[in-house]
Amino acid sequence: MRKVIMGNHALSYGAMLARSQVISAYPITPQTQVVELLSEMCADGTLDAQFIKVESEHSAMASCIGASVAGARAFTATSAQGLALMHEMLHWAAGGRHPIVMGNINRAMAPGWSIWTDQNDSLSQRDTGWMQFYCSSNQEVVDTVIQAFKVAETLMIPAMVILDAFALSHTYEVVDVPDQALVDRYLPPFKPSIKLTPADPRAFGGLTGAEHYMELRYKLQKDMEKAPALIEETGREFGKVFGRELGLVDPYLCGDAEFVFVTSGTAGFTARVAVDELRAAGVKAGNLRIKVFRPFPFDRVREVLGKVKKAAVVDRNCSYGAGGIFYQEVKSAVYGRPGMPPLIGYVAGLGGRDITTAQFKEVAADAMAKAKAEEEIVWIGVKK
Amino acid sequence: MSPEAKKEKKFALTLPAEELMACGHLACQGCGATLAMRYMLKALGQKTVLCIPACCWAVIDGPYPYSSLDVPIYHCAFETAASTATGVKAGLEATGDTETTVVAWAGDGGTFDIGIQALSGAAERNDDIIYVCYDNEAYMNTGIQRSSATPYGAWTTTTPVKHFKNRPKKDIVAILAAHRIPYIATASVSHPEDFVKKMKKAKDIRGTRFFHVYAPCPTGWKSRPEDTIKLARMAVQNGYFPLYEIEDGEKTTVNLKLKERKPVEDFLRLQGRFRHLKPAEVAAVQAEVDARWERLMRSCAG
Ligand SMILES: Cc1ncc(C[n+]2csc(CCOP(=O)(O)OP(=O)(O)O)c2C)c(N)n1
Ligand SMILES: [Mg+2]
Repeated sequence: MRKVIMGNHALSYGAMLARSQVISAYPITPQTQVVELLSEMCADGTLDAQFIKVESEHSAMASCIGASVAGARAFTATSAQGLALMHEMLHWAAGGRHPIVMGNINRAMAPGWSIWTDQNDSLSQRDTGWMQFYCSSNQEVVDTVIQAFKVAETLMIPAMVILDAFALSHTYEVVDVPDQALVDRYLPPFKPSIKLTPADPRAFGGLTGAEHYMELRYKLQKDMEKAPALIEETGREFGKVFGRELGLVDPYLCGDAEFVFVTSGTAGFTARVAVDELRAAGVKAGNLRIKVFRPFPFDRVREVLGKVKKAAVVDRNCSYGAGGIFYQEVKSAVYGRPGMPPLIGYVAGLGGRDITTAQFKEVAADAMAKAKAEEEIVWIGVKK
Repeated sequence: MSPEAKKEKKFALTLPAEELMACGHLACQGCGATLAMRYMLKALGQKTVLCIPACCWAVIDGPYPYSSLDVPIYHCAFETAASTATGVKAGLEATGDTETTVVAWAGDGGTFDIGIQALSGAAERNDDIIYVCYDNEAYMNTGIQRSSATPYGAWTTTTPVKHFKNRPKKDIVAILAAHRIPYIATASVSHPEDFVKKMKKAKDIRGTRFFHVYAPCPTGWKSRPEDTIKLARMAVQNGYFPLYEIEDGEKTTVNLKLKERKPVEDFLRLQGRFRHLKPAEVAAVQAEVDARWERLMRSCAG
């Protein structure tokens, strides 16, 4: 059914259609509508789930972990400070192999208080062992929540579905809300092979000496390595059932491009307007939107970059002391590979500052004027 | 002297004239929390430092680079009001300032819920801070979600009418009293003289001092902005939010004795958040208020 909904409600519909059984959440701007709608759905019976109104995000994630190990499908959503407060439990969820799905609305970290978008909150969690999907339309949000449960439960690795504050969370778009019967066909009920039950008494997560610990983490990495293929496979399957394929990356006019913007989140769509305008002016530009950040889609990124002359990675985040985080990751993807283009890194749009089409064109001009890759990060739209 | 002038004079004598809160703040009309701040600063004066976690007050003060207060503010993380204040106090003392009053100023969510661990830690250590919880009975900053201070019967966006809050408000004062801290007081924006008097008293006590201040929120309670003081006063007079203090966790004194308590119904009916309550549910609220009042009376006697 086609509906005009906000990005936050796209997360709620995704969680509802996935038949989440336990939802545990704590309010934070700009996430609140996600859980308000889910709370209503639970109250009016649209969704048959336990809704736990916890007293902090730390407890939200802890109770999702409890629900998941007890064999239930668990969902939560948060943003920025809330995600940061969960940090310990994010390691716990991934290390314990609990396939929770969580929506995160990208919001800049305090201080100073900000409720507007940038990606430092979720990217700070990149080493916790969660999969991370960066969406750029409300349709993609609903679809990705459903797919994320499937991938997460197959690999027993939790997944974060991420969207920009306001630019997506509060933007209304037409969304084809999938049919419940089709979702049920695509996503079978969660049936973990082991769980916390007196019928099969086991101790989870006890003291693990140096003799065993490393193997647990090796397995996590090995399973993460299976994720790219699984995401593509389940993404194609999604296409067959719902008519929309889901991938690791989303290239736009990259086939014959000589220059590409590498972006993530909603900024990619602004980049595409710039791409069209640049092409009209005779520049063969393209846009590579990276959707999945963990696992990092090394092959797909190399496939696109191997064909272009230069690439500008535009980051709405910064790892202070190193630069844009996608830039670091893309550099590591092309390291030591022949035929890869010079990469230039740009930081833009922190704390919700707009990234405009004009700025993308500024980026293109700057990057194309540079003969080789540079260590220095170029800041766009900053008052110096 | 005319009766009005007499009244004026009395006001001037009982409430310090000093204003440490300026106009230009961002509160909604009829915001109780704003008045609470104003009165507290009148009592504590300029040598005060505030630690404010996420809450309406983190916004009310004004956006960067503005501030509507004439005292320094450190904006801290939501769950850290007490521990940040403890650190500020230690830092000031370590650098030679033993006089400044350090205040943790938080909402009910930041106190009853996410910040209770830090608060309990500070109280058990008896850290030398004043902790003020202005209670508007929900998470208002984020758009009216329930907290554990939300009373039985109330609508919030996470306790929809069909599933209104069906558990009583957490008794935060009893929790603090169980920590045996030197001073605890309740206060209401409808009774500024009482509030200022107790705050001044607290200022001269060392150790952890806790204030629970009733602060109506028209936006969240669906009440009329001009009814804020009226509602706060009704809550005091019907025993819904009694004014009392507890010293050393034991000695309880009721500051405003009530010979006869009015029914809570009138108070509930002025607020949209209780509009759905049926007579039996109103009776349940009344019974709870009566029981709490009885307990309070017993603790004074004993
Ligand atoms: C760790 C964390 N979680 C959630 C939030 C979002 N948040 C900001 S203020 C607030 C509610 C505050 O409620 P309360 O303490 O009662 O103060 P009020 O807004 O009612 O004044 C919430 C949930 C946050 N800032 N940090
Ligand atoms: Mg509150």
